[in-house]
Amino acid sequence: MSGLRAADLAGAACPIPIQDYPHVLLAHGGGGRLTHMLIEKMFAATFANPALAPLHDGARLDVDGARLAVTTDSFVVSPRFFPGGNIGSLAVHGTVNDLAMCGARPIALTAAFVLEEGLAMEELWRIVRSMQAAAADVPVPVVTGDTKVVDRGKGDGMYINTTGIGVVRAGLEIAPGAARPGDVVIVNGPIAQHGIAIMSVREGLEFGTKVESDSAALTGLVAALLDAAGSSVRVLRDPTRGGVSSALNEIAQASRAGIRLEETKIPIREDVRGACEILGFDPLYVANEGKVLAIVAAKEAERALAAMRADPLGREAAIIGEVVEDHPGRVVLKSRVGGLRVVDMLSGEQLPRIC
Amino acid sequence: MRYVDEYRNETETRSFVRAIERRVTRPWTLMEICGGQTHTFIKSGIDRMLPPEITLVHGPGCPVCVTPLEQIDRAIAIAQRPEVILTSFGDMLRVPGSDTDLLSVKAKGGDVRMVYSPLDAVTLAQKHPDREVVFFAVGFETTAPANAMSVWQASRLGLDNFSVLVSHVRVPPAMEALLSAPDNRVQGFLAAGHVCAVMGYEEYEPLAAKHRVPIVVTGFEPLDLVQGVYMAVDALEDGRTGVENQYSRSVTREGNRRAQDIIAEVFEICDRAWRGIGVIPESGYRLRAPYRRFDAESRFQVSRVTARESAVCIAGEILRGVRKPHECSAFGTLCTPDHPVGAPMVSGEGACAAYWHYKREA
Repeated sequence: MSGLRAADLAGAACPIPIQDYPHVLLAHGGGGRLTHMLIEKMFAATFANPALAPLHDGARLDVDGARLAVTTDSFVVSPRFFPGGNIGSLAVHGTVNDLAMCGARPIALTAAFVLEEGLAMEELWRIVRSMQAAAADVPVPVVTGDTKVVDRGKGDGMYINTTGIGVVRAGLEIAPGAARPGDVVIVNGPIAQHGIAIMSVREGLEFGTKVESDSAALTGLVAALLDAAGSSVRVLRDPTRGGVSSALNEIAQASRAGIRLEETKIPIREDVRGACEILGFDPLYVANEGKVLAIVAAKEAERALAAMRADPLGREAAIIGEVVEDHPGRVVLKSRVGGLRVVDMLSGEQLPRIC
Repeated sequence: MRYVDEYRNETETRSFVRAIERRVTRPWTLMEICGGQTHTFIKSGIDRMLPPEITLVHGPGCPVCVTPLEQIDRAIAIAQRPEVILTSFGDMLRVPGSDTDLLSVKAKGGDVRMVYSPLDAVTLAQKHPDREVVFFAVGFETTAPANAMSVWQASRLGLDNFSVLVSHVRVPPAMEALLSAPDNRVQGFLAAGHVCAVMGYEEYEPLAAKHRVPIVVTGFEPLDLVQGVYMAVDALEDGRTGVENQYSRSVTREGNRRAQDIIAEVFEICDRAWRGIGVIPESGYRLRAPYRRFDAESRFQVSRVTARESAVCIAGEILRGVRKPHECSAFGTLCTPDHPVGAPMVSGEGACAAYWHYKREA
């Protein structure tokens, strides 16, 4: 035991100075710098323990010789239905992907529903069926759950929390801090689709073609990657909120190494790029739900790439950059016109520009 | 992406850089007016590709940056009223006022909404006849036509629950003020292509003649900017003054007459305060008398709000191109995008934010 008593905690100063943020802002959940600060200074510091410390997508627990991974995620997406998925399928994909990022095969999921009084039963039924279909696809069973209903006006229709348990493949030491200079950065396909798909529905934007979310379970693709490249796979990360830039910044910082990207090598669909141009968004900060960033030792890079490309979710996989000794902790991008710039972690939320 | 990738071509960009290297014989200081141009320079890394003779200073063309603190405090005061839905473009929501910002007002229950077009705010006013919908109308001549259109529409629809908090500014008077300042060191300008797409460039000709400078109307893509720099350097080396148009695919000398007409219908020219610079004569727009009933400032009686600027922030000198962001003692310490002290650190177009995001020791 740590020796801390309740009385000590009652008088402890808030680790995030109140004068800075007397209220929680949306940006505290945006996946960027404020989210980071909240997690590191308040949550991780308060709950401090060895399993939590790596701040990976899930925790690894060694129990009686079994290497388990546990992860949890809450889903509050609005609108609940979007091109390419809905809150139910997303709640399954998000959690099994977090397990995959630990190198784990999913064993079971839990599902907790917070429902708002007045939600149409038909809609709930559609979402639950979609969750079941997504889980059966992985496959992973939903083994327990919880239901709460809140007063009308006290919840945005419905929220879902899923927790996943998985078994970590033997011989793997995947961790955010494991990237080494010389390693390559691979992404399994075009980025920024989920965020733009959600924006297009939420804001009623039309881009000529329909942009669908990339929401998908990466279990199969990651298994194929690990079969091919094994322990040469150093880091796996799904670039969800905060996008590719925030995920790579976390890896660079945890690994105390630099990451260098090439803008022209990063796959992105033309319509998504166009939408980002119009909105003034940098696609590197836009959310993904079916993408994995894999940091792989250079000697196995081609095998890893080939394995990903053989999977339906990895056909457009590409090497987008490398880990370097220079500028430790920072991500730098060679732009389309050949200049260099820093790719920072997202601060606040991305907001559309004025002109 | 067609019509974009053509202007981000590495080979052509490098060939313009080489042409600049061959043409330049001595140091020149150029100012790009628009914050969007500043960001392209830094985001694409062109500023590091140019020869050392060229000094770029970053102009005042960031609407969020030049909106006075008082005006932001007025928007915040209005947004805190329970009957109000305050709408604005995204950038504006994060700008700190004296005590708080609009996103924090929203977190505390204020109804603050981001819109993509001022006409969306008019639609909101139609949908919510029991609420007061206020649009925070900031920007240069680029946003003025659409903002004017929202007022014109509201008038035509007879909406009495719609109003605008106007903080519009005009580029040419600001250039006049910069060039007339005793500490001016700008020798040539890249004018803002979007502003000129609306207004044309006729009004820049007297400026160029009076102050004997070249002004190159320039676009926003990397290739536009290197070509704009080349044209300005070429003019300076030749001793040419006057207005030249790099952005001819979008800009004509006359500009967009219909857009100018709606501005003239709704707005009239007035003196306006620029944050960090002060009052510049004839540098703003305000509502004309027939539309003044849509003025949020008088409707909510917030004209008397006053504010005090941070003592350390050198935003004014940055906006005038006298100093660079990293020369500020607060840069990166007291002032970061998470805790902006001055507006240039907040906006996507602000020079300080550009330096912070893209230019720290890479």
